[in-house]
Amino acid sequence: MRRRQFLVLTGASIGGTIVYSLDRRFSMLSSQEKPKTIRIPLRFLTENEALILTAAVSRIFPNDESGPGAKEAGVTIFIDRQLAGPWGRDAHRYTHGPFAEDAPPEFGYQGKATPREMYRAGLKDLAGFDRLSPEEQDKKLEQIEKTPFFALLHKNTLEGMFSDPVHGGNVDMIGWQLVGFPGPRMSYAEDIDKHFGEAFRPKPMSLAEIMPGRKLHPFEDEDNEKSS
Amino acid sequence: MKSLPSVDVVIIGGGWSGLLMAKELGARTPLSVVMLERGGKPRTMAELAEGMDELDYYSRTRAQQDCSQETVTIRHSAADNALPIRQLVNFLPGTGIGGSGEHWGAAYPRLQHDMFELRSKTIERYGAKKIPQNSSVQDWGVTWADVEPYYARMEKLLGVCGKAGNIDGKMLEGGDPFEGPRSTDFPMPPGKRAYICDLFEDAAKKLGYHPFPTSSAINTVTFKNSEGIVRPACFYCGYCGFYGCMVGAKAHPSNTLLPIIHKQKTVTIRTGSTVRRILHDTSAKNGKVSGVTYIDATGEEIFQPADLVFLSSWTFNNTRLLLLSGAGDAYDPASGKGTIGRNLTHQVQVSAQGFFARPLNRFMGGGTTGMRMSDFEGDVFDHSSLSFIRGGSMSGLAGGAQPITAFGVVPSSVKRRWGSEWKKASMEYYDRIAGAGFTGEHIAYKTNFMDLDPVYKDRFGDPLIRLTIDWNDNERNMVDFMIPKLMELTKAMGATEVIQPQRVGHYTTTRYQTTHVQGGTIMAGSPDQGVLNPYLQHWQYSNLFVLGASAFPQQGSANPTSTILALTQRTADAVVDRYLKKPGPLV
Repeated sequence: MRRRQFLVLTGASIGGTIVYSLDRRFSMLSSQEKPKTIRIPLRFLTENEALILTAAVSRIFPNDESGPGAKEAGVTIFIDRQLAGPWGRDAHRYTHGPFAEDAPPEFGYQGKATPREMYRAGLKDLAGFDRLSPEEQDKKLEQIEKTPFFALLHKNTLEGMFSDPVHGGNVDMIGWQLVGFPGPRMSYAEDIDKHFGEAFRPKPMSLAEIMPGRKLHPFEDEDNEKSS
Repeated sequence: MKSLPSVDVVIIGGGWSGLLMAKELGARTPLSVVMLERGGKPRTMAELAEGMDELDYYSRTRAQQDCSQETVTIRHSAADNALPIRQLVNFLPGTGIGGSGEHWGAAYPRLQHDMFELRSKTIERYGAKKIPQNSSVQDWGVTWADVEPYYARMEKLLGVCGKAGNIDGKMLEGGDPFEGPRSTDFPMPPGKRAYICDLFEDAAKKLGYHPFPTSSAINTVTFKNSEGIVRPACFYCGYCGFYGCMVGAKAHPSNTLLPIIHKQKTVTIRTGSTVRRILHDTSAKNGKVSGVTYIDATGEEIFQPADLVFLSSWTFNNTRLLLLSGAGDAYDPASGKGTIGRNLTHQVQVSAQGFFARPLNRFMGGGTTGMRMSDFEGDVFDHSSLSFIRGGSMSGLAGGAQPITAFGVVPSSVKRRWGSEWKKASMEYYDRIAGAGFTGEHIAYKTNFMDLDPVYKDRFGDPLIRLTIDWNDNERNMVDFMIPKLMELTKAMGATEVIQPQRVGHYTTTRYQTTHVQGGTIMAGSPDQGVLNPYLQHWQYSNLFVLGASAFPQQGSANPTSTILALTQRTADAVVDRYLKKPGPLV
């Protein structure tokens, strides 16, 4: 067993935004409050890795005048859970060799490394990233923009922003609210042929809300469910 | 190896075609039928509702074939080494009872009426020189008149909506004027219209084309099908293609065929059962297969003897199982001899994306909400002065957009694909992107084929199927011809800026194309041209039938399921009415 790691955030570091914790309780921090510490248990990442990752995804999908970003949506927690689950260890990828790291792009990623290994190495290369200025951080990201790790990081950032909150990101459906996506609502039979040319924006609902009382089975929990 | 008592029939694979055959045999014969399916049971309605989850069921392909167990390898030409598709992206074959039919988009067009005689009709109109060099397009051994009654029957079984344009030669306003003559109207009217339907229809009409509502196997009203099963109308929830229908409006094998099969005492379904070989007598000229070996859910290897075998395990495994079993002659691209593996085709897909001034509410919709036009289909337009044959359909579809996939498309003025500027532009345009799409024919070539991979293996140590496939000049020239038309349509729909669609390069595995892969065990009028006769019966082994799109000599722009089911039903009739009375070759 590895030592339990936590992502420790202080109120000062995240400003007046919402942080989601694993027990699915929101903690609202106002900037007027005294710096308060939140400890979020991590499943795969170390605390240091989580801080670097949070800084990196915040530059990919920043918190700015257009709205909250990846840090506020809990993308770090989303990625941590994905890495800890079957996807992180390539449980459903074809992993027999020979591998071909330099394969033409039409053949997709042909390397051997699992997402866990790619993150571990990629975050190591970004050591100290969380202590750089935003301008320096952008320069650093530009240097790795063409790497498979950045492509993965970019893809996972969008997944963490816009997947159902059951997966740990998209806290309070922040991502869905940014684009006006209402989530998995069951019916638009009364609306599909109306609202032409006008924004129709029903209040978003998550899977947990449309199926109250049902225990959900996100893919990342597959290993736990098998063993229990 | 454990040997089980013999049964009358074994069906390998429980998707649309295998289950249709099981239902027919269960209803019309006293035969004992065993279905062997590698995957599990279909998802329940509650599980399908929980499956309204873009991450797990689109990004992570949770309902599809598990690549850690089995995949395919791919290369562009016979001179290259193939590499495995390590994660599914460009096509998404299903697994389990219902197969890909449990997550399809349910588009339900018929083929063009001249498709079954593609080679003859092309030569008749343009001369033999018009057939592209290196192409192996050929006739199917059936005609429109043979297949049409079965299209009509299957539309009543699944529940298909649409607007007819040609009933027995009588032209009808608002339908497809270029469709083959239909014997009957659609069982259901088109669905409700989304904003994009109106935009596409107006644009197409303005440009002088003939738009019509798309046909799909989705109920638009509460519908009782030809077997008495009642299913509800579509709710336009936006989770349609790639997802299972959580209300049962979309036809799935599990809501259309399985309820009937479950009442049949002669049909037994064994899930978790992966067939490895079809056993046969190699000595006899007109040989017979004797059964199959499979690994059951506990890992034990089983021999199941049978008098009659139906192979219906999708294009890849239909071809692979014949090759692994040595049931016929493998295609050799150098000599052109042999038939198993030849005429591998996919489907051409290209879309124009435009930015609109007004919001589109793209999260709503489904397989029924869309408009199509056939003005550039097949041989509807004259190809005399063009450097390609055939064509495809154009459409404006409101299929439901989800944000992981849909976010991040921005005008060309935005250079970086991350950071504040990109985020802001992505948000601004998120719900204002639409356009016209093109779904085109992929003709067959001598150089596009399947064989067994010499390097990569599945979990049992059997070779994976190897795809040798690339796009050729016919597809390149066709798409170059269509791109300006797609952009013109998209502008006429009201787009202020249209992104230039990509031209056809090399075949790629990194972008979703379609899950319509055909060929490998093709049907033909003679045994030197195909593995199967026009009743999908193996030319050499008369008690072996192969069902599915692997029987298609080439792809016909229209999505394949309507034709898969029509040909399967035709085979079921021939087996019940003729074969069982006098077992042997039907041709």
